[in-house]
Amino acid sequence: MIKCKTSKEIGGMGHSKKRKEDARFIQGKGNYVDDVKLPGMLYMDIVRSPYAYAKIKNIDATKALEIPGVIAVVTGKDLEKYNLHWMPTLMSDTQMVLPTDTVMYQAQEVAAVIATDRYIARDGKEAVMVDYEPMDPVMDPFEALNPDAPVLRSDKEGKTDNHIWNWKVGDKEKTEEIFSNADVVVKQQMHIPRIHVASIETCGCVASYDKVENHLTMYMTTQAPHAIRTVIALVAGHVGLTEEKIRVISPDIGGGFGGKVPVYPGYVIAIAVSFLTGAPIKWIEDRSENLQADSFARDYHITAEMAGTSDGKIQATRFKVLADHGYTDASANPSKFPTGLFSIGTGSYDYGAAYMEADAVYTNKPPGGVAYRCSFRVTEAVHAIERMTDMFARKVGKDPAQLRMENFIKKEDFPWASPTGWSYDSGDYHAGLQKAMDAIGYDDLRKEQLELRKEGKFLGIGISTFTEVVGAGPAQDFDILGIKMFDSAEIRVHPTGKAIARFGTKSQGQGHETTYAQIIAEELGIPMEHIQIEEGDTDTAPYGLGTYASRSTPTAGAAAAMAARKLRDKAKKIAAFLMEVSEEDLDWEPGKFFVKGAPEKSKTIQELIFAAYTNHPPGMEGGFEAVHYYDPPNLTFPSGAYICVAEVDAETCDIKVRRFVAIDDCGNIINPMIVQGQVHGGLTQGIAPAMYEELIYDKAGNILNGTFMDYLVPTAVESPSWETGHTITPAPHHPIGAKGVGESPTVGAPPAIVNAIVDAVSHLGIKHLEIPVTPFKLYKELKAVGYFNETA
Amino acid sequence: MAIDIKLKVNGTEHSATVEPRTLLVHLIRENLSMTGTHIGCDTSSCGACTVLIDGKSAKSCTILAVQANGKEITTVEGMATAEGLHPLQEGFHLNHALHCGFCTPGMMLRAVELLEKNPNPTEEEIRWGIAGNLCRCTGYNNIVKAIQWASAKMQDKELPSTEPEFV
Repeated sequence: MIKCKTSKEIGGMGHSKKRKEDARFIQGKGNYVDDVKLPGMLYMDIVRSPYAYAKIKNIDATKALEIPGVIAVVTGKDLEKYNLHWMPTLMSDTQMVLPTDTVMYQAQEVAAVIATDRYIARDGKEAVMVDYEPMDPVMDPFEALNPDAPVLRSDKEGKTDNHIWNWKVGDKEKTEEIFSNADVVVKQQMHIPRIHVASIETCGCVASYDKVENHLTMYMTTQAPHAIRTVIALVAGHVGLTEEKIRVISPDIGGGFGGKVPVYPGYVIAIAVSFLTGAPIKWIEDRSENLQADSFARDYHITAEMAGTSDGKIQATRFKVLADHGYTDASANPSKFPTGLFSIGTGSYDYGAAYMEADAVYTNKPPGGVAYRCSFRVTEAVHAIERMTDMFARKVGKDPAQLRMENFIKKEDFPWASPTGWSYDSGDYHAGLQKAMDAIGYDDLRKEQLELRKEGKFLGIGISTFTEVVGAGPAQDFDILGIKMFDSAEIRVHPTGKAIARFGTKSQGQGHETTYAQIIAEELGIPMEHIQIEEGDTDTAPYGLGTYASRSTPTAGAAAAMAARKLRDKAKKIAAFLMEVSEEDLDWEPGKFFVKGAPEKSKTIQELIFAAYTNHPPGMEGGFEAVHYYDPPNLTFPSGAYICVAEVDAETCDIKVRRFVAIDDCGNIINPMIVQGQVHGGLTQGIAPAMYEELIYDKAGNILNGTFMDYLVPTAVESPSWETGHTITPAPHHPIGAKGVGESPTVGAPPAIVNAIVDAVSHLGIKHLEIPVTPFKLYKELKAVGYFNETA
Repeated sequence: MAIDIKLKVNGTEHSATVEPRTLLVHLIRENLSMTGTHIGCDTSSCGACTVLIDGKSAKSCTILAVQANGKEITTVEGMATAEGLHPLQEGFHLNHALHCGFCTPGMMLRAVELLEKNPNPTEEEIRWGIAGNLCRCTGYNNIVKAIQWASAKMQDKELPSTEPEFV
């Protein structure tokens, strides 16, 4: 049971308050970017390349410009005149806004058509004639490293290969020594394929440049409005668009999941055209453009190894990665972390040696490596460690739950120094797994599994006990393009005790308007209903790095608490003044200060706030507002214990998730209803890559499933009825003891599901299955081990 | 070429002059300025644009405006009445069945028809019933609960708890 310190009326932490933002969404009154309509607005559509790799010989816009209503066709050559044809990626690589001579992936932007209406813009797009000279693309990252592979980024001076960077962490020698002397070594090559966030709202913007004021207002689907404003200033500062002349407004966002962090060429073209024409330009992607051209997640080829003793003690792990970034490294990682936080991959287990190395390469795929509800490569790392733990358990003949229990870091050993350099803040892994096992009835399931096998039926039980790392991050190590990854809160309380609070983050469905109000209510004792939350306008909100990678609660949530505490301190001084006692004589209970030993002598927070405007102590600043920029001392390390029960049809290989229990530990809980909702949604985005989603390219570079007809986002039918619960291990360094949670389920679910499916057929000789595990893939694997031959 | 059409939207008569190719969703969103109906795909796969046409749920991104001539359309803006929110709107709010809110209008309108045809659907019937509407945020658990809650409310039955079972 969660203990609440505040009454239901105040609605601080731990209350399942219904969401404040719902009212507009259930009545069709949300304000998403495509709902923005400005006078004189023009529409933009984008001509895209049918080839993955080609020279552009000519772009002929004559026919397009003959269409009534087509105003302009913009090409790379046009942008080149203003030096706006290239832009930096968030990883300090470079990306074309529009090409001047070569296209590097199918669906790349080639030209933009501006028209008075979105239908005419589409007509114009169809009428632009582009003459290409196709070349053989490089689609396989291993082939990209061949010495005779064409050098794709010939735009980079001196570039002689397709290698981007090499990264390594851990003690290589110590790890190798353990491996060479180990009783048992398990090794597996695995691919974490390309997937796409596919938020139901695509990306888009309305760029509105005012020539008279030299001022740009940019309505856009962005999870990080402040960072984007800075990027725009960096790209366009030389043409006079400096940062104070730019206002980025991120309106309601229809799902983000990381896909709305990067700057896409469409945004920049819209800004350039608005800048040149003075007209507002609307650009809204359609779904195919979104799936085919926007940044992708994953695409890691991992060789994972684990060494241990024959009685089941894990001793060391070794991961080698080849990362396919497509034609540019457009990840949204902190700059010192080219593989994101992949080094969390030593997992929840107590051992002292690990070595990880990664190489990144260019291919003729769209920019890759951004996010899918986990931007920092934790998903890839957790998949590897949790698969290897299962393989190791099987090799030494131990139950995977028991082996995990025996290898877990103990709760008294936190903070725990991981062999790859992390300091895990807190956790109780044994309690989480035990709770999950009790909830699902683990021992009975193992018995049932054996009984069913006798009947030729396949039941599998899969476990994933993961450690997450979120809340980037401490300024000494974490920055994007040099900007430190703190985040902010500003609270302004009006004389009547009602407040508005603004943040550098931006909700895309996470419920910030409710949870931030609860944090402030907890600290200040004002009812959460009286606190309005605002985000997403760079003119009004304090600077912050935005919402992604489960960082809002660890950073901006902490800032809210710290700012509220500053106000509470001020209220205390006012209370001492009004009641003519010293501050030491006062005690606080949510909503009021009272005199110790004389609780009838008290002042409510509302009285104290009113006094801040009407009767404040001499020498004190009037008013009641505070701002705080929170630099976290450490990341937060949420964890989870997930158990999946999967049934495999012995004839059709159909796979059904019978049950799935998820026990999450995200520290102290602000709003259980919202945390649970995050877990539900994340789990469906966990089963998606485990069983359904993968972006597939052929050798010619064509994407084979770039629409919702064939890219399989789970519906309510594929998504199981999730069973959820929690344990609470507060983050000791965080003001409210909370950790992030949004991406945990997406990180933790895939290996639980794969482990369950492998477990269902392991007795037939299956050791590993690549995701997405489809019935056809399973059929082929079972056939390869002779199963269907024997039964035929 | 332009064609004159007349249709009733949320009880109000509207007339419009549209190109034959104009999609119903654009007529609703742009000509009539009702932006609660959303566009999530171009292949009738996601259901964000679902409206009711003569009481039947339909994906307005793949229906021409001219096909709606003479029809009665209900959008999310027409769900609440003078008496208050529609039970599905209330159910979605109370059961936390929405996060970003983008799929919500289409999902609720699909559920209107579902409950009309089957006032007491099982969980499986609800899941199959909304399989034409994608939600990327909620994992569907709470959407199922919300529809069950609305089903009870619409029949004056005892209302299920809206407290999350998260222990």
